[in-house]
Amino acid sequence: MTAATVTQASAGSRGDQPPVPDGAITVTVKIMRFNPELDSEPRWESFGVPALPTDRVLNLLHYVKWYLDGTLTFRRSCAHGICGSDAMQINGVNRLACKVLVKDLMAGGGKHTTITVAPIKGLPVNKDLLVDMEPFMEAFRAVKPFLITYGNEPTRERIQSATDRERFDDTTKCILCACCTTSCPVFWNEGSYFGPAAIVNAHRFIFDSRDEGSQERLDILNDAEGVWRCRTTFNCTDACPRGIQVTKAIQEVKRALLFRR
Amino acid sequence: MTLALDKPRAPRRPSARRSNFELASWLFMRISGLALIVLVLGHLLIMNILDGGVHRINFAFVAGRWSSPFWQFWDLSMLWLAEIHGGNGLRTVINDYARKDATRFWLKIMLYVSMVLILALGSYVIFTFDATIPTTN
Repeated sequence: MTAATVTQASAGSRGDQPPVPDGAITVTVKIMRFNPELDSEPRWESFGVPALPTDRVLNLLHYVKWYLDGTLTFRRSCAHGICGSDAMQINGVNRLACKVLVKDLMAGGGKHTTITVAPIKGLPVNKDLLVDMEPFMEAFRAVKPFLITYGNEPTRERIQSATDRERFDDTTKCILCACCTTSCPVFWNEGSYFGPAAIVNAHRFIFDSRDEGSQERLDILNDAEGVWRCRTTFNCTDACPRGIQVTKAIQEVKRALLFRR
Repeated sequence: MTLALDKPRAPRRPSARRSNFELASWLFMRISGLALIVLVLGHLLIMNILDGGVHRINFAFVAGRWSSPFWQFWDLSMLWLAEIHGGNGLRTVINDYARKDATRFWLKIMLYVSMVLILALGSYVIFTFDATIPTTN
C-alpha cells in the first residue's frame, strides 16, 4: 500500500483529515493512475479510506482527492446520476461512481474490502480516471441527434400522441455517460464502430413520429461502422446506469433497416 | 466536422449512395446458418448413423451418391454456404481484431484466396467426378 502523500497535497486538497464517523470501516481503494508527464504507462495505487456502507464510491474518491492525494484526477459534476460525468470501471464493470454504494461492494465474511477503480476502456486516457470523450462525442454527432424536418414549419407545436411518444421513450433516458460504448468489445478495437450510445441516440429520433430524418440516420447506421458490427453481447445493456435496453434498441434499428421501403 | 444540414428544403436526400453490403452479409449469415443446420445435420445423420454408418463409405458409395443430381445439389449448396458463411464470419473476426490496416488487408487477402481455392476445387470435384475411373484396390 502506498503511503498517503499528504505532504504533496496540491490543488484540490482540503487539508487535515476529518474525524472518522461511527460505524466506518477501512476499505482499500485501488485506483489506476496515469500522469502523462511522469508515467510511461498506467500504474495501480492503493489508498486506505474510512467508509460507511452507505457511502458511494464517489465519496471515497473525494476522500482520496481531498485528504490523501490532491493530484487524483476524475470527472464528476452533479454527483446524483444525472449528468453522466463520473463513468468509470468499478470492480471491473462500467458504473457511475455516484450510483454505486460501498455496501454493495463489501467483501463477505468480515474480509478486507478492496475496490478497484479504473478509467473506462477504449477512450484515450488524459490523466488518471479522466478520458478524452471526443471520439465518443464524434460518433454521437455523426448520427445527427437532433430533430430534422422538411417543409413548412407549423405555426403551433408539433403534436404527438402518447403512443408515438412511448415508442422511443426508453432511449430518451440516455445521459451520454459512455458506460455502454466503453463496455463494448467491438468499440475497444481500433476500428471506428459508432458504439451503442450513438445508436441509442439515433434510435431516439428514428422512431420519433415528428422527425423526418430517419432515412438519413438509417443510411449512416447501415455503413460498415454501423449497427451491423453489433455482436449482441449485451455488455451495453448490463452497463447502462439508466437501465436503457441498449441492445434491444440496436436490434430495433437493425430491423428498421431490414424492412425499410 | 461540420454538421450543416444540406439542402434543408429538399424533401429527401437522395438515397442509395451507401452500400447495403453489411446488411446483406448480416442477413446471409442468418439464412445460411438456418440452411446449414438442415444440410449439415442431415449430412452427418446419413453419413454416420443410417445404414451402418461411416464404415460403408468408400469410392463406390461416393460414386453412387454423386451420380444423383439431388446429392450433387445437396453437397454443392453445403460447400458454398458453409465456405461463405465461415469465410464471412472470419472476415468479421479479422475486422474486429486486426489492429493495423496492413495486417487486416493481408489477412483478408489470405482468407479470400483460400475461399476461392476451396470453392473452385470443391465445385470442380462435384461436377466432374467420374465414377468410371477404375479403383486401384
